[in-house]
Amino acid sequence: MNLTLKIWRQKGPKDKGQMVDYQVSDISEHMSFLEMMDVLNEELIARGEEPVAFDHDCREGICGMCSMFINGEAHGPDRGITTCQLHMRMFKDGDTITIEPFRAKAFPVIKDLVVDRSSFDRIQHAGGYISVNTSGNTQDANALPIAKEAADKAMDAATCIGCGACVATCKNASAMLFVGAKVSQYALLPQGQVEAADRVLAMVNQMDEEGFGNCTNTGACEIECPKGISLENIARMNSEFLKASLKG
Amino acid sequence: MAILDSKVPQGVPLKDKWTTYKDKINLVNPANKRLIDVIVVGTGLAGGSASATLAELGYNVKAFAYQDSPRRAHSIAAQGGINAAKNYQGDGDSFYRLFYDTVKGGDYRSREANVYRLAEVSANIIDQCVAQGVPFARDYGGLLDNRSFGGVLVSRTFYAKGQTGQQLLLGAYSAMNRQIARGKIEMFNRHEMLDIVIVDGKARGIIARNLVTGEIERHSAHAVVIASGGYGNVYFLSTNAMGSNATAAWKIHKKGAFFANPCYTQIHPTCIPRSGDYQSKLTLMSESLRNDGRIWVPKKMEDVLAIREGKLKPTQIEEEDRDYYLERRYPAFGNLVPRDVASRAAKERCDAGYGVNATGEAVYLDFKSAIERYGKEQAKIQGISNASKERITELGEKIVEAKYGNLFQMYEKIVDEDPYKTPMMIYPATHYTMGGIWVDYNLMTTIPGCYAIGEANFSDHGANRLGASALMQGLADGYFVLPYTIGDYLADDIRTGKISTDTKEFDEAEKSVRERIDFFINNKGEHSVDYYHKKLGKIMWEKCGMSRNEEGLKTAMSEIKALREDFWKNVTVPGGKDEMNPELEKAGRVADFLELGELFAKDALERNESCGGHFREESVELDGMQKGEAKRDDENYAYVAAWEYKGEPGDAVLHKEELEFKDIELKQRSYK
Ligand SMILES: Cc1cc2nc3c(=O)[nH]c(=O)nc-3n(C[C@H](O)[C@H](O)[C@H](O)COP(=O)(O)OP(=O)(O)OC[C@H]3O[C@@H](n4cnc5c(N)ncnc54)[C@H](O)[C@@H]3O)c2cc1C
Ligand code: SF4
Ligand code: FES
Repeated sequence: MNLTLKIWRQKGPKDKGQMVDYQVSDISEHMSFLEMMDVLNEELIARGEEPVAFDHDCREGICGMCSMFINGEAHGPDRGITTCQLHMRMFKDGDTITIEPFRAKAFPVIKDLVVDRSSFDRIQHAGGYISVNTSGNTQDANALPIAKEAADKAMDAATCIGCGACVATCKNASAMLFVGAKVSQYALLPQGQVEAADRVLAMVNQMDEEGFGNCTNTGACEIECPKGISLENIARMNSEFLKASLKG
Repeated sequence: MAILDSKVPQGVPLKDKWTTYKDKINLVNPANKRLIDVIVVGTGLAGGSASATLAELGYNVKAFAYQDSPRRAHSIAAQGGINAAKNYQGDGDSFYRLFYDTVKGGDYRSREANVYRLAEVSANIIDQCVAQGVPFARDYGGLLDNRSFGGVLVSRTFYAKGQTGQQLLLGAYSAMNRQIARGKIEMFNRHEMLDIVIVDGKARGIIARNLVTGEIERHSAHAVVIASGGYGNVYFLSTNAMGSNATAAWKIHKKGAFFANPCYTQIHPTCIPRSGDYQSKLTLMSESLRNDGRIWVPKKMEDVLAIREGKLKPTQIEEEDRDYYLERRYPAFGNLVPRDVASRAAKERCDAGYGVNATGEAVYLDFKSAIERYGKEQAKIQGISNASKERITELGEKIVEAKYGNLFQMYEKIVDEDPYKTPMMIYPATHYTMGGIWVDYNLMTTIPGCYAIGEANFSDHGANRLGASALMQGLADGYFVLPYTIGDYLADDIRTGKISTDTKEFDEAEKSVRERIDFFINNKGEHSVDYYHKKLGKIMWEKCGMSRNEEGLKTAMSEIKALREDFWKNVTVPGGKDEMNPELEKAGRVADFLELGELFAKDALERNESCGGHFREESVELDGMQKGEAKRDDENYAYVAAWEYKGEPGDAVLHKEELEFKDIELKQRSYK
């Protein structure tokens, strides 16, 4: 395949940035999208130009690091995947592909396609944990049976990879799906109950402080989420939040 | 010559060693812990759990990771599960049995006392993780579920779907978050450690580069813990995350930490086969699939050829024309033989011409009988009599989906074939490195005050790692072992006070880091970093891969040396140093791999025996039941090879830690 790529280039956080056109040729349909980017970068290096900076690590859809906005969609076309899992068979010869960073006020651009998602970490610092000493002096794991359904649901919420596609895709740049998933995981498990109210209040508070927008129930986040995190989690967070606020 | 002292407690039975040890070590008073700083490099399972626990105990922790968040460390990718001797299934498991399986699985090349301790604390890990809210799989009674993994006969593996590493790491990360919020951990994301600083013979700090601004920073501490993971990316293609690297381990090696058994690499049997030159990494299909998947190739060469030409589908090959070679060769363990055995057997079949894809490097992993078996079972449970074949398949597929759904989906995304309908294609790939920094029973390296934990050290797995044991080791080291052993060392430091970074040792270390970066930025060569990395990977895979021989290893050593020399002349790194520059990061890492690769080959050359993950062609059983299997040589090689740096990797000096097995009889490893 021969393709035209329109890529956002931005030297640093303070640079203005602009779209730049590149041509790539002989792209195999078996390549992953990131492998296609590697090919482009090798060509740029050979020409003495600076390669395009992008975030990636595991290249198997689990670390949540890769974060491109492709043809107007977080992680590109195809559902339930991250950019590293996107394959070139989704495109055809002669296509023009637009590649941009995840854009949101709470995700400032560091360079080219790399953005700073540490706001997600700060939300977790605010309360994304169960306060238990890591000494190993905990009760036997089977002393507290947990219904399979609750464990499975908690697991579903816990599979969020913190990629930020939900934020990038939302017209309000809301982080509700991410935070909802985190809150849900603990809300569904008996271990998390004691501090449930404090947790949800602190996390939601921090989310607002980081400059994420509000949820207007558009549902785009759920569609673009690579891990199928459902809107149900936002509802659960809202009800947990309400419960906690009434208590307080 | 430095003496290797393993510091294993003497004069007490194996099962009492750890308890006795803990009773006797020095403790640091909680008020004094506040006066002590510890640097942890790496926030995977090992570094994350260590950081959280050290902070919990009261030390001031500075944690470093090259990713933008601890949650993205390579541990996140682990799929299958984590072992623990809980014996919840009542199938005869015990500390001793886990210990025994691990030592045997490692081909008797691990340290007995460390492994026993690992087995002992394994049960605690599960309790700890459950308390943190890790959503392990449960059965309908609400209790924890288990599965079994290669190389063992009991079900002791705890799992969270196919995302166990993710859930365990998120558990450790949440424990870290709690300490970050309390100000006990200072987290340095997107920072790479580029050197260690040694003052008066003790590890006292590191030099790190801020990967966003390019700034070179000095950080001091009373002790440094290396938890930087393994070096499998020396092969270029491996199942490791793209950024996984050997730099931290290699840098401490160059300053005095011995590097142990560099040639011990695990080649994992169930990965998606490679396809083209552009390929950047290989993808693992969890070994847990071998619980239900059966491995085969066609018996008849004409079928193989017809499949390759696309004239025949695997589903069209009759049962009697399939060679379930693992079940045939190893009836006792069948598809569940350890990884090294399964990998070699796949290579053997493919080398004999029976590989089923275009490159001839693939075998089938087939779920048809499992789907049928589960389907029938479900029909019974649900009281469906006379269920049709289709209905049974449907019911069976549901069960298989519940167990391995995400893996099947991952396979389909990559290969574009539905593994429920047609068997998966798999082939061995580099996965895990059992070698690493040499540590004593305290997990301390040969540099006082410098520790190594998790995949970065060498201690527990011997020559082969059984499934689900890396996660166990990482968490055991981080949550339960290091926090004790480091206290014993730090007890002497309560009056030291803050370590200054304004000293000649820091000046020198920083200077050498800067010089190297300047070199890369200014060298106007003609080849990219990846060009060299790929070449290195090819030499490693061909000559230091699954099977090795003397001649190949000697050639590898000289080829790597020549490649390294060319690298330092002709590499090019675009961009600047005072900004984010991924090529610059890679250049430093590949430079280190180019040295480590040569030591790897040297170590493999020296070890003239086949054991665990590595097959030395000169050392094979010639007759008897084990004909054709790997031949270990206990008389001459029952030791840990610990290499001391002397400049060029080829000049490294070998120190041997003789291994003692007092509680286990060294036996031939048979899975027949
Ligand atoms: C696909 C896959 C599946 C697996 N499945 C299983 C399984 O089912 N069961 C099992 O037991 N094991 C499994 N393993 C193995 C296991 O995941 C690893 O061995 C283990 O997670 C290693 O943990 P670690 O903490 O030692 O290192 P890692 O998780 O690799 O962490 C390394 C850390 O060091 C940091 N780092 C590295 N270098 C530097 C530097 N110079 N400066 C600063 N930071 C640095 C990184 O940022 C990272 O935080 C699997 C591995 C893979 C690849
Ligand atoms: S909720 Fe989905 S889209 Fe949002 S961060 Fe988590 S995995 Fe990514
Ligand atoms: S690189 Fe890890 S999710 Fe894409």
